[in-house]
Amino acid sequence: MKITGGDAILRSLEAEGVDVMFGIPGGAIMPTYDAMARGTTVRHVLARHEQGAGHMAEGYARASGRVGVAIATSGPGATNLVTPIADAWMDSTPLVCITGQVRSSLIGTDGFQECDITGITMPIVKHSWLVQDAREIPEVMRAAFHVARSGRCGPVLVDVPRDLQEALIDFSYPETVDLPGWKPPSKVHPLQIREAARAIANARKPVLYVGGGTLNGDACVELRQLAEGGTLPVITTLMGKSAFPEDHELHFGWPGMHGPKWSNLAMNTCDVLVAIGARFDDRVTGKLSAFAAGATVVHLDIDPAEISKLRDADIPVVGPLAKAVGELANEVARHRADGAPAPHAWLDQIRAWRDEFPLRYGSGGDWLKPQRVVETLQALTAGDDVIVTTGVGQHQMWAMQYVQSIRPRSFITSGGLGTMGYGIPAAIGAKAARPEATVVCIDGDGCFQMTAQELTTAVLDDLPIVVVLVNNGYLGMVTQWQDMFFDGRRSHVHLTAQVPDYAKLAEAYGGVGMVVENDADLEPALSEALSIGRTVVVDCRVDPAEHCFPMIPAGAAALDMIEYTETVEEAKAS
Amino acid sequence: MKHTLSVIVEDRPGALTRITTMFARRGFNIESLAVGPTERAGVSCITLRVDCTQHTLEQIEKQIHKLVNVLRVTELVSGEAVERELLVVRVSSPPERRAELVTTAEALGGRLLDVGPDAVVLELTGTPGEVDAFHELCRPYGVVDLVRTGRIGVPLASARRRAPRRLAAIN
Repeated sequence: MKITGGDAILRSLEAEGVDVMFGIPGGAIMPTYDAMARGTTVRHVLARHEQGAGHMAEGYARASGRVGVAIATSGPGATNLVTPIADAWMDSTPLVCITGQVRSSLIGTDGFQECDITGITMPIVKHSWLVQDAREIPEVMRAAFHVARSGRCGPVLVDVPRDLQEALIDFSYPETVDLPGWKPPSKVHPLQIREAARAIANARKPVLYVGGGTLNGDACVELRQLAEGGTLPVITTLMGKSAFPEDHELHFGWPGMHGPKWSNLAMNTCDVLVAIGARFDDRVTGKLSAFAAGATVVHLDIDPAEISKLRDADIPVVGPLAKAVGELANEVARHRADGAPAPHAWLDQIRAWRDEFPLRYGSGGDWLKPQRVVETLQALTAGDDVIVTTGVGQHQMWAMQYVQSIRPRSFITSGGLGTMGYGIPAAIGAKAARPEATVVCIDGDGCFQMTAQELTTAVLDDLPIVVVLVNNGYLGMVTQWQDMFFDGRRSHVHLTAQVPDYAKLAEAYGGVGMVVENDADLEPALSEALSIGRTVVVDCRVDPAEHCFPMIPAGAAALDMIEYTETVEEAKAS
Repeated sequence: MKHTLSVIVEDRPGALTRITTMFARRGFNIESLAVGPTERAGVSCITLRVDCTQHTLEQIEKQIHKLVNVLRVTELVSGEAVERELLVVRVSSPPERRAELVTTAEALGGRLLDVGPDAVVLELTGTPGEVDAFHELCRPYGVVDLVRTGRIGVPLASARRRAPRRLAAIN
């Protein structure tokens, strides 16, 4: 029996085991939405803006480890997906985006809502397809999912002209993929593993520098084996956060621009730096030439192009990380059993740094401190099945510093692209993936206003999330930079904490709004928000003068970080 | 340093664009580019000439290799490959100087393709150096139009076969 191209898209999603897709209908994708109306097992979550749909699909993917699916119409629907696609590209999030395209006969004629979305997205997708014959649909969908999740994960785009969604085809879903040019690494070279293990086991001051690839590569169990078997300190990047339990005695914080001093001291004075699914981002390294100078670099990655891209790897290991890290763990444990001593003195040194340079912030008089908000949230949710998402900016860095992530995939944030507005839709997507978990979005007031409309989706699609709004009335991180590096000239950063009235806005969207203005109200409000099972916005009015410390100024060496001091506080006050 | 890369791709829509976009995006400069079919149906060869450091070359190769339509990337190493370029040129040549021009051109391996009242069309296939020399020869007569294909090449049949350099996998 013949089915339409739109039905074929849905049968393909079903064959891939997709349970949720996120999208908005529009002209050029209508035949596929009509097919949805005729029936599919895939739940459709109706976003209010395609950017929201894309970030929801990302949140879903990061929380579940599966491919996220976003669907939109041509033209503006497709261009609204560009930000999430770029975000997924930078953070290696597996995403299949399906866009409608104008009829084949109109392509190239500047038809209504036509745009060359495959052209626009070319630099930010792993691959894309403009379907040219409806009979290709099953094969293209099969290939799209395969490419998105194999090798280094990332986004792909399938653009389907409207007439092909209407065309009738014989449907059979291919079991295999015919992509002769796509052969991601599947093996790990034993010699490289042996060499890496020898370097690590004999290091006096080793550090495991763990990035998001560890989560994407499902290598968290193996990472723990490696760290515990070798007694090796673990430092997780923002994207790697939650890959290793942060209450573990071998976890030593987060590196980079707003990482604690002890983490950066360890990273920068180690003798063997083991990068696992990490990519030497400038926010981690600071001045590259000064980063971990003199350390022997062992670099494990599924993507050969990351090896020696920024920092030459002394011992490269290319391959799937679960396999690579697992084999490395065995080899390192063998060295330990043979008498290679564990680096106890080094661990003591890092602990001493941690005691000497703890994260600090001021009391701030009457003001509620943003760090206190995150600390309180952490205290209230410790031990629970919680997923935290964030926007981008100061609140994100405080979330990194004060949220203790225990389970893999429980911290979801926009790292590479730094997409403000990521938090709310990503939280909704995470809730769709893990309805049993409590999903909290730690958001800033600037970020909130970029994607707040998705609260409607959270309410109406029964995907309740708790938004903890760190509201300082400013574009906080930009303000901090203006204060620190632009002689305090504040340029267009004041949003005001009162307009909009976030609590009323939450209620207008069908959720619950709360306002917290002091320490005393904080814990009761957060407790209630976490317990009522509805979409809640807790508007925490925090100290607008608070800066995020420590901080490595952009381009500076990591060890030239600016730390919190009372003097900094006083200078700010004057 | 200059390098020639031979990129074998599936002949799919956008395959060339994906490669050139990647070059532009990552700030790599292409000096010449030639595209054409190969012995296999549906498979094309893109020959790229780039001027870059060894480190950048390795990045380029690895980034190209990640493209889904790319089947193989090899470097045509100087001395181990034969490289050729085609030049077609329209040179002004009044009748009294025509014989001299054509004789010299043919002595260098060029061919006369067309003769007009005040110009001739010549072609030359040769190494990029020979093509440069031929261009210089034509210049004093007055070059009206000149087109070069950009170089193409294959590894020498007589070269001692080295283990193929694996570009994508470091291991």
